[in-house]
Amino acid sequence: MTEEEYIDQQIKRNVVITTIDKIYNWGRRSSVWPMSFGLACCAFEMICAAAARFDLARFGMEMMRPTPRQADLMIVAGTVTKKMAPQVVRLYDQMPEPKYVLAMGACAISGGPFKDTYNVVNGIDTYLPVDVYVPGCPPRPEALLEGFIKLHQMIEGQTILTSPWYRKEVEREMPVPVLGPQGLVIPGEGDE
Amino acid sequence: MSREVYERLVEEFPETSLEYLEEKDPAISVKADDLFEVARHLKEKQGYDYLSAVTGVDYPDRFEVVYHLYSMREKKGVVVLKVHASKEDPEVPSLVPLWPGANFQEREVYDLIGIRFAGHPDLKRVLLWEGYEGHPLRKDFPTEGYQTIGQEELS
Ligand code: SF4
Repeated sequence: MTEEEYIDQQIKRNVVITTIDKIYNWGRRSSVWPMSFGLACCAFEMICAAAARFDLARFGMEMMRPTPRQADLMIVAGTVTKKMAPQVVRLYDQMPEPKYVLAMGACAISGGPFKDTYNVVNGIDTYLPVDVYVPGCPPRPEALLEGFIKLHQMIEGQTILTSPWYRKEVEREMPVPVLGPQGLVIPGEGDE
Repeated sequence: MSREVYERLVEEFPETSLEYLEEKDPAISVKADDLFEVARHLKEKQGYDYLSAVTGVDYPDRFEVVYHLYSMREKKGVVVLKVHASKEDPEVPSLVPLWPGANFQEREVYDLIGIRFAGHPDLKRVLLWEGYEGHPLRKDFPTEGYQTIGQEELS
């Protein structure tokens, strides 16, 4: 074997041509770290999904971060009460880009059994941009895993060229609602 | 259980107007003015050392506060006390000096139904936030709740 043939062979074995997006998205979707916080009963299904039987580690998601600064995914697992919603939005604002929100359960999607009551928000998508909805009351862990797979597919479909978090002009910080006399008010937007 | 307690109460407090309510759970109806003395007697003389629940009820013509008493030491109970409060100015005496456990329960009744407890050490909202208007478990509170943001777009 001449030296050139040898180099050719080594190039075939060791060089891969792909797109930046693919590598970038593969890396991102293989280690989506969720933030570990639960708001109500749905949180227990989330805990189940993280434990041995359903095992989030298979998706690279076993690192439940107790701080928003290290988390990529916010799983809104449970009822968002009006008293809690400002803190949830604040946590979202503290997460670094790129970040995703998964609304888990009827309560987080629409208020669920408590819709239109005096103390429950009618779905967290009133205040946050939700990427994946997982319906159920509560959703089974399999449903949550399906939601994660959907999220992975969504991440793989994104491209670095148009991703909003590298653009200067895109404002991604959500306004934190404040507690008003009858419910939540977004400051500067007048009354609810 | 309530029957004997009632008879003893009538002996002890001849001048107060007590009433025995024969229901599924027998109860003793007390006037708000006599509540504190009756409760003190039940606690100190009859051994009812545990106040298990303070409940507020909204009837069409009145408010009512219901107390459930047990005795942990003598393993007896339950004694149910019912107190009426007027619609216009609902106020009953606080039982926190007798049972400190009444503190948060009375605050909750105040928060959700709006009955004031005279003599409560710190009567403020416990579940809802300061600055909330109205008492949501009252029957005249709008059932559909107040409008929240986002609702207009949905409906
Ligand atoms: S959706 Fe159902 S299980 Fe989930 S938090 Fe709401 S009530 Fe609980």
